[in-house]
Amino acid sequence: MSDQTPGAPTTVTRVPRDPSANEEAYLEVNDLQVQFPTADGLVRAVQGLSYSVPLRRTLAIVGESGSGKSVSSMAVLGLHDRKVARITGSIKVGGREVVNMSDKDLEGFRGGDAAMIFQDPQSSLHPYFTVGNQIMESYRAHNNVSKRAAKERAVDMLGRVGIPNPRRRVDQYPHEFSGGMRQRAMIAMALVNDPKLLIADEPTTALDVTVQAQILDLIADLQRDFGSAVVFITHDLGVVAEIADDILVMYAGTAVEHGPVNKILGQPLHPYAWGLLESIPALTGDPQPLHPIPGSPPSLLAVPSGCPFHPRCEFKDRVPDDWCTTLRPDLIPRTADLGRSSRCHLKDPDRIFETEILPRLP
Amino acid sequence: MTETTTPAKSGVRTVPGAPLLELDGVKMHFKTKGEGFLARRTQWVQAVDGVDLTVGAGETIGLVGESGCGKSTTARLITRLLEPTAGEIRYQGVDIAHMSERQLRPYRREIQLIFQDPYSSLNPRHTVGTIVGTALRTHGMVAKSGELSRVQELLEVVGLNPEHYNRYPHEFSGGQRQRIGIARALAARPKIIVADEPVSALDVSIQAQVMNLLESLRSELGIAFVFIAHDLGVVRHFCDRVAVMYLGRVVEEGPRDALYQKPQHPYTQALLSAVPDIGVVRGVPPKNRIRLVGDVPSPVDPPSGCRFRTRCWKAQDICATEDPALIERAPAQRVACHFAEPPAESILAETA
Ligand SMILES: Nc1ncnc2c1ncn2[C@@H]1O[C@H](COP(=O)(O)OP(=O)(O)OP(=O)(O)O)[C@@H](O)[C@H]1O
Ligand SMILES: Nc1ncnc2c1ncn2[C@@H]1O[C@H](COP(=O)(O)OP(=O)(O)OP(=O)(O)O)[C@@H](O)[C@H]1O
Ligand code: SF4
Ligand code: SF4
Ligand SMILES: [Mg+2]
Ligand SMILES: [Mg+2]
Repeated sequence: MSDQTPGAPTTVTRVPRDPSANEEAYLEVNDLQVQFPTADGLVRAVQGLSYSVPLRRTLAIVGESGSGKSVSSMAVLGLHDRKVARITGSIKVGGREVVNMSDKDLEGFRGGDAAMIFQDPQSSLHPYFTVGNQIMESYRAHNNVSKRAAKERAVDMLGRVGIPNPRRRVDQYPHEFSGGMRQRAMIAMALVNDPKLLIADEPTTALDVTVQAQILDLIADLQRDFGSAVVFITHDLGVVAEIADDILVMYAGTAVEHGPVNKILGQPLHPYAWGLLESIPALTGDPQPLHPIPGSPPSLLAVPSGCPFHPRCEFKDRVPDDWCTTLRPDLIPRTADLGRSSRCHLKDPDRIFETEILPRLP
Repeated sequence: MTETTTPAKSGVRTVPGAPLLELDGVKMHFKTKGEGFLARRTQWVQAVDGVDLTVGAGETIGLVGESGCGKSTTARLITRLLEPTAGEIRYQGVDIAHMSERQLRPYRREIQLIFQDPYSSLNPRHTVGTIVGTALRTHGMVAKSGELSRVQELLEVVGLNPEHYNRYPHEFSGGQRQRIGIARALAARPKIIVADEPVSALDVSIQAQVMNLLESLRSELGIAFVFIAHDLGVVRHFCDRVAVMYLGRVVEEGPRDALYQKPQHPYTQALLSAVPDIGVVRGVPPKNRIRLVGDVPSPVDPPSGCRFRTRCWKAQDICATEDPALIERAPAQRVACHFAEPPAESILAETA
């Protein structure tokens, strides 16, 4: 199967964006809580999360494994089983409340105005149906069109996501696609109804960097063409730096730092975010020792008192009294720095970053 | 046959002066059924098709390349979970490629594998003590009486609480489970560990903890590594040398700095240029990128001549007819390309 087109690689230059502030939010999450009652106790997976994303903007969500990135994003699409998850707070998409939406309304909403790309293409592509059939079905569920028109749309979408020879590929089964192509087919399916909100949950984690780059370009192109709001979940801060406008850093079910990407990655104020930066090996310069965050993530059955990060925080002795272990810090907007906020008791995080952290970064 | 010595205890034969590990023209062709109307015809997946690689004692070699290029298959060949369809796998000069399970036993001890997935590679019904203890017993490492203390010692080496030997894998976090897998590999006192994406499933802060652990094993115990990863930053951090694979072959191999600063194969250049870079937020000017078009061709029916030619922007007629050999183009840097040359300007953005 070699239907590749030999030819020049496209040389692209990614330019950091100019985040123009104060746009109207398309997705608005307010004090979201998601809890799972289990035999072992109540799992507090998301505890008071608030953020918003305007059209044409990308929010990256990063954070420790198990910090609630996927659980909160699934709530946005109403994907939790209400018999299993307790959800409170508010999630507004284009002004409509999702938290109490009826199952029937949710069905129309998902795959229409809002769509999700999952990490594992296997989980959303059915092995027994052709790729084309699955895209057509998704299209016809939201548009009253003939099969033929839907197929044309599927071919069009496959071409759009860079699958060579889409007219032939449309009739193939998922197993006939390579991993990268399956991921693209899934993106085609997510985008077939021009969603205004796209949530991508680690869409490139399983892929190598060349395929990852293709997918990132693709999402950026589609976002430009359709003007969508994008939420992008990833562990890779390099990816965040390249594609996101804003970033939300999560720890133990809450946001610990939130704001424009260049500010948060350039000068983070929360000790957890410092730990992340110090954990990434550099691509240039002399290899420096890594300074990972000690310890492991907390159990959500028994979230630590005070600041949930305190058992792993090297800076808690800089905070007076025993605030860190007893008093939960709020997510406080910075007066000096519009649009960013952090959740930590430290008085002078800027100075600590400049004098102690920055010199250790590559 | 070359002269070998047999150290009495380990049972591993050695050719004096031979490198620790050498792959020489190693091939692994899997038999499969074709698809659709070809269903009756047998096809061969050329997963690994002529790999040459040398690993010295205590050395770390990174293995990178596009998904499906044969990295894991190479790992399973080195650890002899697979028998190659051609070529030699020499361990200290002795070819182990076709040894029987009985002959292999002493070698299995010295060549260990750690897996990507810390979840599925540990038996959920066994305690950590049993998991590590079984490895000790399989390789006859300690007397029964000394087993527990050695298990605890190993747990300590990998940074786990030695008191936790009685716990089950599910009671540990992902990073801790990966440490258990490492402790199990260390039980046999290996000379070489093949690590197949050992940190890919971990998030960055835990990944850095495990990286530091591997780093100390190599500096303190002198263990050699074949280290497979997608993350080129991680590979650079850990490896002395790096081999880049494409569609079953090594296309470039060399010392770390040469490979990252002066990659000569077009595929290596594309790979490095695709790495997302956090530097842009700190004012490093955005770099130019080479975007590859299309997908890797199928290993069932690889292109003639140079296997990269269907995606190569430098391809000429000769690339379709003549398979480029892996030859030395700079000191210790070998490249398989008819038109190998370093890039005109640095591919990786330089931090000011
Ligand atoms: N159905 C459920 N019942 C109980 N706990 C759950 C359930 N679903 C998720 N959780 C828990 O909620 C927490 C948050 O999980 P989530 O999947 O959102 O993490 P994440 O941030 O996406 O992590 P990762 O980076 O590993 O994907 C985890 O501790 C998880 O075990
Ligand atoms: N037992 C097998 N039978 C048939 N084909 C196989 C078998 N094992 C692997 N392959 C094929 O061999 C090729 C190389 O696979 P391998 O797992 O070594 O790739 P990899 O480089 O490790 O990829 P990844 O980065 O995705 O882990 C793939 O095309 C794969 O589908
Ligand atoms: S509040 Fe205290 S424990 Fe929490 S991150 Fe800040 S300094 Fe560390
Ligand atoms: S041999 Fe030819 S096709 Fe292959 S990498 Fe070199 S220039 Fe490209
Ligand atoms: Mg997740
Ligand atoms: Mg693999």
